[in-house]
Amino acid sequence: MDRDTDRQRSLTRRTLVLGGLQVGLFGVLGARLYELQVTEAERYARLADDNRINVQLIAPSRGRIVDRFGQDLAVNDQDFRLLMVAEQAGDVEAVLDRLSAVLPLEDDEIERVLRDVSSRRSFVPVTVRENLSFRQVAEIEVNAPDLPGLSIDVGELRRYPHARLTTHVVGYVGAVSEEELTGDPVLALPGFRIGKSGVEREHDLTLRGEAGARQVEVNAIGRIIRELSREEGQPGEDVQLTLDLGLQQYVQERLSTEISAAATVIDTETGEILALASHPGYDGNLFTNGIDHANWQRLLNDPHTPLVNKAIAGQYAPGSTFKMVVALAGLEDGVIDPTERIFCPGHMDFGNHRFHCWRRGGHGSLAMIESIAQSCDVYYYELARRVGMDRISHFANRLGLGINLPLDMPGQRAGLVPTRAWKEATRGESWLQGETLIAGIGQGYVLTTPLQLAVMTARLANGGREVTPHLTLRVGGPDAPLVDPPAEPLGFAEENMAVVREAMIAVTSGRTGTARRSQIDEPGFEMAGKTGTSQVRRITAAERAAGITRNQDLPWARRDHALFVGYAPIAAPRYACSVVVEHGGGGSAVAAPIASDILRETQRRAPARPLIQASDLADGLEGQDG
Amino acid sequence: MSAGFDSAGVGGTLANEQKLSLGDKLLRLNWLVALLICVLGAIGCAMLYSAGDGGWDPWARRQLVRFAAGFVVMLVIALISIRVWMRLAYVIYFASFALLVAVEVMGQVGMGAQRWINLGFMQLQPSELMKVATVLALARYFHGTSLEEIGRLTRLILPLALVLAPTALVLQQPDLGTALMLLMVAGAIFFVAGVRLWKFAIVIAGGLAAIPVAWQFLHGYQRERILTFLDPSRDPLGAGYHITQSTIALGSGGLFGRGFGQGTQSHLNFLPERQTDFIFTMLAEEFGLIGGLTLIGLFGLLIAAGIIIGLRSYSQFGRLLAIGLATNLFLYVFINIAMVTGRIPVVGVPLPLISYGGTAMLTVMVSVGLILSVSIHRDQRISRHTLDGEM
Repeated sequence: MDRDTDRQRSLTRRTLVLGGLQVGLFGVLGARLYELQVTEAERYARLADDNRINVQLIAPSRGRIVDRFGQDLAVNDQDFRLLMVAEQAGDVEAVLDRLSAVLPLEDDEIERVLRDVSSRRSFVPVTVRENLSFRQVAEIEVNAPDLPGLSIDVGELRRYPHARLTTHVVGYVGAVSEEELTGDPVLALPGFRIGKSGVEREHDLTLRGEAGARQVEVNAIGRIIRELSREEGQPGEDVQLTLDLGLQQYVQERLSTEISAAATVIDTETGEILALASHPGYDGNLFTNGIDHANWQRLLNDPHTPLVNKAIAGQYAPGSTFKMVVALAGLEDGVIDPTERIFCPGHMDFGNHRFHCWRRGGHGSLAMIESIAQSCDVYYYELARRVGMDRISHFANRLGLGINLPLDMPGQRAGLVPTRAWKEATRGESWLQGETLIAGIGQGYVLTTPLQLAVMTARLANGGREVTPHLTLRVGGPDAPLVDPPAEPLGFAEENMAVVREAMIAVTSGRTGTARRSQIDEPGFEMAGKTGTSQVRRITAAERAAGITRNQDLPWARRDHALFVGYAPIAAPRYACSVVVEHGGGGSAVAAPIASDILRETQRRAPARPLIQASDLADGLEGQDG
Repeated sequence: MSAGFDSAGVGGTLANEQKLSLGDKLLRLNWLVALLICVLGAIGCAMLYSAGDGGWDPWARRQLVRFAAGFVVMLVIALISIRVWMRLAYVIYFASFALLVAVEVMGQVGMGAQRWINLGFMQLQPSELMKVATVLALARYFHGTSLEEIGRLTRLILPLALVLAPTALVLQQPDLGTALMLLMVAGAIFFVAGVRLWKFAIVIAGGLAAIPVAWQFLHGYQRERILTFLDPSRDPLGAGYHITQSTIALGSGGLFGRGFGQGTQSHLNFLPERQTDFIFTMLAEEFGLIGGLTLIGLFGLLIAAGIIIGLRSYSQFGRLLAIGLATNLFLYVFINIAMVTGRIPVVGVPLPLISYGGTAMLTVMVSVGLILSVSIHRDQRISRHTLDGEM
């Protein structure tokens, strides 16, 4: 018994140690619970909410794009989509089978749906078909009892009602690419589209609006249990363009008689772009749902480059339309008097070269107004020589040529009006004086875009004010303020401007004017302008001796570009227009008639804001009549 | 099941032999322990009701039925004389061992490890019974061993074999948690029985030295669990998901909890296995620190009662049995809660009486029944050698 007592004592002692250990370990648990549930409770409560609360974005409705009269250029269509929730459908194949009786499904469509269903959780909706018609929606709704798990969802689809006329300007939207993800979560929404070109891209953030959000409670596998809160987003703002859809349509259709051409009409007072046409065009609606490969290849490989907006990205030697720049430079720099006569024998020898005038026999003795009216080349070889390249370049830039204009639209090209320094920097060669002569008739290195030519014409027509071309009339509702960039005077002498304008009037109205046959025959609508024909090839001495090949006999891509710039009405200039017909031939034969039609139509439509009084206009017309 | 059966077993050689009627025994029943069992069982049912999203199905109703059945088993075991249990100790041990072997042969695969025998009405997990049986066998062995004898190394060979044989089998299954629990319970009994501390030191040192070797034998998922325990963030959606989600649910419960049935993490299925191993997490999410500490306190009372019952027993068998079983209960509770709070690796140990599951319930009821038997028969003196000859 004593031994047992020892044993019991030892046991009691050791049991107390064991019990103490257990109490200590329970204490550790208590401390851990305190740490988790009191010390760090807030952090864990937040983590718990992160776990269960899922913020889902509600895509904002994209703003509309309308023309200056409120005509729709880009709108949102309701897109009826048929969705299927597999777990509600039960037997997916049987449901699809019954659906086929109502809405015929292709085999590969069914395959895709089955693939989507099997790869996703059973409560995630799978798109069966997009772009359902009202009739199809109605038929599906009527048969709804037989089609469990199927539901109609309404989304938005961008549509361009006049895509063929306006895609170059309005642009298009497309799915967000990997590089375009900026971290804005709305971009990651399935099916979200952003502006890819044109106005859609320029004003993307404005049009996009702000996403709404709803907080939903989800369980561990992501099924939505209930909606906790909902915050509606801010729909995108409408953008109203300066474009006149009716005029745009007229210009686009007028150009479509040619193979490839561009034309621009701007308001000489405000710089508003009224029409910006590039032919051939294409249908931006093709891009909304992702363009298919065949269409894309066709557009991409078309030699007439339908994807390029030639009005702002086509760069052409301005040819004789550049002569006003040289004339103005000469007058402003005082190297020529408008009455000074220069003799044209049909060519000018300079250095080792002979520079030819387009008229082989020569123009004889010409003053400035006649030189522009008849487009004498020799006069401008001489004048360019006197002014010098850098000064020509300076005046060209001031008139809007060879520079990036502050345009509210992506994709414009700057063109080029060279300087001595430019050639040194890019070619590493010094400038040759002969090149100045060539530049003097708008050839050589000189490149301009149709928009730049229209801006130049506007600045000449409005008395030398620096109007800025723009496409955006206003952003927001009809009460939003108009975009009205300042048009500061360029500082040219008024008498010099008058000489240039008089010369341009002589082109269309003078007896010997190169565009006299294209003058608008409606009283009061008469235009002033300048023709241009720019070579895209070099004419060799041998060819000149043998007789220059006629344009019609050349392959299309080697023919001359036909250009015309003009403004109207003569008395109170309001509209400036430029037309470039790629490889169209002569400016007076091809481009001038188009510009004439466009300016007549523009004045008939009279899209300009009424800045000038009707009485002023009447006075001006009277003056012209006299 | 009567006092007569009792005396027959002991053989009438003891001086202060007791004969207790059924009524006496019921009067001597430790009602505090019975009450604690009922309270814990009720908490368990309530939590399973919540886990079933406020429904008696699929878990709460069945758990209640099992609890009632288990409670009866407990009472029956409690009323059977401690002498009978001592006599049957080795029999039960070998029967359990045989079941454990049977698992190897015909057990079915569940949760990636062979642990179950399908008895038709319930899934029996022999490794759970093995713990109780090992405690019984060790208590029986050390009952017949004097303090001097324990000092001899040769005397420790048999009890070590009693422990290591089932441990090896359980490891084979593989069930790391149960194997470690077996070793720890056995260690506690060895310690309380009076095995010298330096011997423990040697064994522990040897065990630590064996860790690199043992690592080679661990299954991939076991290694994964240990590594994930050491750094839960290394696999937040895989193995670490359990611990991460469990601590989030616990922590978000705060001081007072989200309220009964309101635990968002549990009910939105972020918490895995909320009805079994992670039920404490749900309780602590819904009732907060207060609820968690209360439950730990209740278990503490139950364990303390078991240990006190052991200390008050007149027989070494009763002492070792009650203390061993109480320690086993402690290990369940500690390991489960330490696991769900991210203090130790996820080893798959249920929370007794609270977690959904038949075997765990049965094991606890048998254990507490035996403790209550020790309590009822606390004055029974059993000679050290009486039963030795019978073996």
